[in-house]
Amino acid sequence: MIPEIGHFALILALSLAVCQGVLPLIGAYRNDVAMMSVAHPAALGQLVFVIISFGCLTWSFLESDFSVLYVANHSQLALPTIYKISAVWGAHEGSLLLWVLLLAGWTVAVSRYSSDLPDSFAARVIGVLGLLSCGFLLFTLLTSNPFERLIPAPMDGADLNPLLQDPGLAIHPPILYAGYVGFSVAFAFAIAAMLAGNLDQAWARWTRPWTTWAWLFLTIGIALGSWWAYYELGWGGWWFWDPVENASFMPWLAGTALIHSLAVTEKRGLFKSWTLLLAITAFSLSLLGTFLVRSGILISVHAFATDPGRGLFILGFLGVTIGGALTLYAWRAPGLDSDAGFRGFSRETFLLLNNVLLVIATALILAGTLAPLIVEVFEAGKISVGPPWFEIAFAIPMLPLVLLIGVGMHTAWRSQAFQPLFDQLKIPALFAIVAGILIPIVAYGRFGLLLTVGVTAGIWIMVVSLIHPVRSLRRAPGTPGISRGVLGMSVAHFGVGMFVIGVTIVSAFTEEIDISVRQGESVSVAGYDFELRSLRNVEGPNYQAVEGEIDIRKNGEFVGQLRPQKRTYLVQQSPMTEAGIEASWNRDLFVALGDPLGNDAWSLRVQYKPMIRFIWMGAFVMALGGMIAASDRRYRLTAKAKEKATRLSGEPA
Amino acid sequence: MKPRQQRMLAVGLAGAGIVIAAVLTLQAFKENMMFYVEISEVAQGNYPQDRNFRVGGLVVDGSVKRQPGELEVEFAVSDLENELVITYDGILPDLFREGQGIIAHGQMGDDGTFVADEVLAKHDENYMPPEVADTLAKHAAAKEAALKAEQVQP
Repeated sequence: MIPEIGHFALILALSLAVCQGVLPLIGAYRNDVAMMSVAHPAALGQLVFVIISFGCLTWSFLESDFSVLYVANHSQLALPTIYKISAVWGAHEGSLLLWVLLLAGWTVAVSRYSSDLPDSFAARVIGVLGLLSCGFLLFTLLTSNPFERLIPAPMDGADLNPLLQDPGLAIHPPILYAGYVGFSVAFAFAIAAMLAGNLDQAWARWTRPWTTWAWLFLTIGIALGSWWAYYELGWGGWWFWDPVENASFMPWLAGTALIHSLAVTEKRGLFKSWTLLLAITAFSLSLLGTFLVRSGILISVHAFATDPGRGLFILGFLGVTIGGALTLYAWRAPGLDSDAGFRGFSRETFLLLNNVLLVIATALILAGTLAPLIVEVFEAGKISVGPPWFEIAFAIPMLPLVLLIGVGMHTAWRSQAFQPLFDQLKIPALFAIVAGILIPIVAYGRFGLLLTVGVTAGIWIMVVSLIHPVRSLRRAPGTPGISRGVLGMSVAHFGVGMFVIGVTIVSAFTEEIDISVRQGESVSVAGYDFELRSLRNVEGPNYQAVEGEIDIRKNGEFVGQLRPQKRTYLVQQSPMTEAGIEASWNRDLFVALGDPLGNDAWSLRVQYKPMIRFIWMGAFVMALGGMIAASDRRYRLTAKAKEKATRLSGEPA
Repeated sequence: MKPRQQRMLAVGLAGAGIVIAAVLTLQAFKENMMFYVEISEVAQGNYPQDRNFRVGGLVVDGSVKRQPGELEVEFAVSDLENELVITYDGILPDLFREGQGIIAHGQMGDDGTFVADEVLAKHDENYMPPEVADTLAKHAAAKEAALKAEQVQP
């Protein structure tokens, strides 16, 4: 009964999504207030029904109702409760439902905080979001119904993929999806502006906080995914340039370009059509990413063909959404550009460079991700593009970008004189170069060109990011302090610096060894001694494991103890490596158990990963910067100003 | 700068950037692109010399050998037609087992064995690497046809 209620609620949500997608858009076109005002209640109603539907699926998991096919395939009785909940979005059908839920949530948030938007504009934005929701609800209901019954019900379920039974992966998809879906808001704002044929600086001011929130969710989501891959896939890499990862990284890059381009549009009224194109691109890449991952096309072109229903729907939906948006763009965007100018040496130029470099990076990653598919379609053989290629292709545009960040963020709008900027930045630059040469030599005892460039770039960004905040702390009493916008920018760029340092050091100084070890023997890696003291059997709720006990010592001094496990999950009989990690701010010590090799020996992977925490900390600091910037007062000022104006003129609020 | 100039600047920068990036990455692409070579092709000597390529197949039952206590392992993979011996000095993936489909990256050694520097098995019991699935299906079909032909002859 409960699953049917969930199914029915989803159908009702679709009906409301149709109302929300059609009526407000017609209303805005005809200037019909009654039709436009359908937008808000329809969005709220849709959210309510999607929540009911999502709740029903969650309930089916908690009650282990194996007469629901999706539950039977992705849960089992002994699964811990938290993973029964996260299993809801553990596979295709449920993750689509999560997508729909988040889209409805974002829509209601837009509707709730849109009081300062012109009515027709808000109606268009909510209408476009409604149309997107229609597409996803139809896809869910027609091809991927999570409430499909399985009669007769099996006695027990097939269990959730053991890889997904982890707290990191329980929260990673919702946050990542919140980011993906969040770009739909920027997309809807772009479409609404083109429908209205009007794009001013107020538009950019409305769009910016939403885009920044979406971007920061995506940032956290990707960082969590990378962290999860690091400790759960068991082998210590933090980024594999896997198509699934690239699928989330491309919208991030396009979104990063978008938030910078939006800054120019807001402050100077420039780059308007470019901003629109980026908003369309960021969301299109989000859609492409979701569907690339979900359609199975990445595993093989043939996997796509084996389920033509889903595949065709996906292609159709992508075609309509992206094609429609680009057609509208071609028609409307040329009339929107302004004729203001700027000097060659100005903030605008640096942000333009930022955008060009980020777009090149996105295009290269897209090319590398799709190359195997294209080659296969043309039957020119089967190739794979490995991480070394992506590393080179990504470094080419990123290296100039990280060096330019520091200059760009201190350059004035319109026009910047060279000398004062040079005076301001020469000491940080000198400091960064010296530190870039000394840090690798003093701390790790090695010199290298790429290494020096990387560390210099990281230190450089971190130091110049401090200039604005420090100047604000030292300001004369009574003068205005730093704005949240500038503070957010400084914090986010500081995070970029941390990330660059983390990546540079970890790729240069990682030490790793695969080795055969008997009980009582020890291995020495990077000055640390790892002693395998004992091995014993342990039992988990739904798995059995062999657990090693490893003592780590440095120069005879005890550092810590690790307990890596080799688990076998009972239902699927699948083995899993659960690594042991001793973490500290400046290095991780990582041990994973391999297999028994005979003669009481086990294979062991031991790794020393210096500064790896900076990679994820850097990402979280970037997200924090985004949060600070999005909370800037000026985004709320317009709403208050309007309120005040209404009150003064004596109209009822 | 006037808008026209700005646009020219933007287009010029983007164009220059793309050209440089394309040249550098195409170069890198050539070096880093790895071809998948079927085991039967390897058996005939048709494989890239002195560079990495990928092979895949089913791990042959009973072929996994190692000296007790040693990390280095040797096993054979089959595409139902030919077999190829692979040596690997490292930790095998969790789902590596006899009868499972795997992919290995590496080069041919002088003694006719394939020296792998990476062995991949996907984290899914039912997963068969797509290249391997294709090859196996081809050989299975060929065998069936051969069998039928034999039955018809007498």
